[in-house]
Amino acid sequence: MPAKGSTVEANDSEEPTGLAVLGFGEPADEAGPRRIEARLSGSDRFYRALASTGAGITLLIIVLIGVFLLLEALPAFRAAGFGFLTTQRWDPDSAPPEFGVAAMMFGTAVTAVVAMLATVPLALATALFINEYAPRVLRATLTSLVDLMAAIPSLVFALWGLFFLVPWLQPIEGWLVAQLGGTLPFMRAIATGSSLFNAGLVIALMAIPITTSIIREVLSQAPRHECEGALALGGTRWGMITTVILPFGKTGIIGGSMLGLGRALGETIAATLILNIRFEIKPQILETGGITVASGIAVEFFDAQELGLSALMAAGLSLFLVTIVINLVAAVVVERAKAAG
Amino acid sequence: MAATRALGPAPSKTPDKPTDAAGQAPRRRPRAWRWADIAEFAGSAASALLLTWLIFDRFLPFRIQGVAFFVAWYALTLPIYWLVVRDGHGPVAARDRLASVLVTTGAAVALSPIFLVVGYVTYRGWSVIDFGFLAETMELTGPLSGADDGGLLHSLIGTLEQLGIATLIAVPLGVLTAVYLSEISGPLARPTRLVADAMTALPSIVAGLFVYSIVVIRTGWGFSGFAGSLALTILMLPTVTIAAEQVLRVVPGSLREAALALGSPYWRSVLLVVLPTARAGLATAVILGMARVVGETAPVLLTVGGTNILNVNPFSDYQDNIPLFVFNQIRSSKESFVDRAWGGALLLLALVLVLFVLARLAGGAGPGRRSRRKKGAAK
Repeated sequence: MPAKGSTVEANDSEEPTGLAVLGFGEPADEAGPRRIEARLSGSDRFYRALASTGAGITLLIIVLIGVFLLLEALPAFRAAGFGFLTTQRWDPDSAPPEFGVAAMMFGTAVTAVVAMLATVPLALATALFINEYAPRVLRATLTSLVDLMAAIPSLVFALWGLFFLVPWLQPIEGWLVAQLGGTLPFMRAIATGSSLFNAGLVIALMAIPITTSIIREVLSQAPRHECEGALALGGTRWGMITTVILPFGKTGIIGGSMLGLGRALGETIAATLILNIRFEIKPQILETGGITVASGIAVEFFDAQELGLSALMAAGLSLFLVTIVINLVAAVVVERAKAAG
Repeated sequence: MAATRALGPAPSKTPDKPTDAAGQAPRRRPRAWRWADIAEFAGSAASALLLTWLIFDRFLPFRIQGVAFFVAWYALTLPIYWLVVRDGHGPVAARDRLASVLVTTGAAVALSPIFLVVGYVTYRGWSVIDFGFLAETMELTGPLSGADDGGLLHSLIGTLEQLGIATLIAVPLGVLTAVYLSEISGPLARPTRLVADAMTALPSIVAGLFVYSIVVIRTGWGFSGFAGSLALTILMLPTVTIAAEQVLRVVPGSLREAALALGSPYWRSVLLVVLPTARAGLATAVILGMARVVGETAPVLLTVGGTNILNVNPFSDYQDNIPLFVFNQIRSSKESFVDRAWGGALLLLALVLVLFVLARLAGGAGPGRRSRRKKGAAK
């Protein structure tokens, strides 16, 4: 990286020789090193301005998204008031408009929790397996397999979930409902299949690759000499993992999981295809029916009139704010974890 | 090796290979599995299998599906294996072995969906894809036509055009941002890097809503392929930026300094030295960005419109693309539509796989690492 303040084009009249540029020929009694001035040529100033504009636009986009969604959402916020956060129904275009994100937010939270409960242990196990257990020859292949999984479109995962995973899980869920539904209220269900739980499981498929690759990257920076020290003292592999690798990678695991959570919160298509749309809060997670913010936008978009669109923008804004805060915190955490390595 | 050699007069044999002739024990390999270990595991699994069979077939008053049998078998294998190893090697070894079984299972469960997805999509979509599927549109296809009637030419053209436009916008912007982050690293660098990181998980539907509110409504442009491209650009930008920054950062500083020492201005050193050196990695960054957005459905749902007829002009009127095609077909209850959706899904999957392989070929092992050819040249 070119250090700021170093001079390259030193052929101006004040600095006649190369030696002077390097600091030779200076009076020895001068206090401290000589200040080196950097003067950029016109073309360099243009290049800097261009690159800064590029970075500026990237920054600006995220600000613009927030501002425009807010502008579009204002009418809906005015119409709904505080009820926007507590109402479950979604009828923004009816005569007295009645709508709120309570049901959507609840569904988003439930699917995200289910997805994270599946993602974190699986991602951690996969990362540990690739780093510590897999034969050395397989390591690169497995890593690209995780990358490939991240590249598979969520639509394809959603289709597979709808036609393969959900029917496959149906008998297990039916059995669980029959056995536990009597004692545990949240396990009750009239019909299973298009439930928040199943949507969460499919969403987990999209959160696993990003979480795995970040956790793997952080864990692979665990100090190797300490790992070998643990083994040399007679520790087992699992002992080494629990005493050296996991404590070292704690922040990275948390940060990676949060980035996965950001993915899970914003996932649209899986929830749209799998869920049976129902705008209500119900704790029976195995029962058919539910809604998430992202899928609500996708479903309601085509029927929305004027206020309806504004209300969807408001829902989008709330989703945007939640994910951006989570992602920013996660990005800072992961950055720290990587810097520590 | 080098250090050992420096200590004394050059030994005739390599010192780290103990030999039996010197009276030393044969080398121990603590990680290798011995036959006894495998036998312990196989024995535990077999006894768990028999126990499960006994419970399910003889004791339980009702019948349970096959899946539950395997779950119970696995759940019984764990404690039996733990007891066996604990008996033979002590509790510490038992915990270690149990952990390796659990970690391996976790990895298998996490990675198996890839194979299941690729296999299942190929199985469902293979019979649908033929020349007609790629060369026809849905214009004349009604609900009663068979799955071999109609195709996704209009969607394919839409995908190519929208992806192309998005790439044309996102790549220069992303590379410029990456150059700013790694070469200039000015005051905007830290916030930009954080925002780019956060944007990778920006809900894609929010990007769609944003473009919809600005381009489709505010400017009165209406639905168009170009609006879709803009939404894809927003999603592609952070991926390209982050991947490009990673490759730019591993360009050796000595190359930059050499260019600067020869009197080149910064922009020439970046344009003629840094970027060409990172060429392969940059290509990977671009392709990864394309693979990231080619299957995005939510944002194009809100911006492109979706249509059954061929529209080659991305700047006006409704267009279609492959994810949208799949999404609209799968929501129909007609069998022929669902079949076509699987065909589209297979095509999409193939497109992503091709992009992914291209990215690997272009960048060697991955972004930030040097290709095999370059490694050879560096030696």
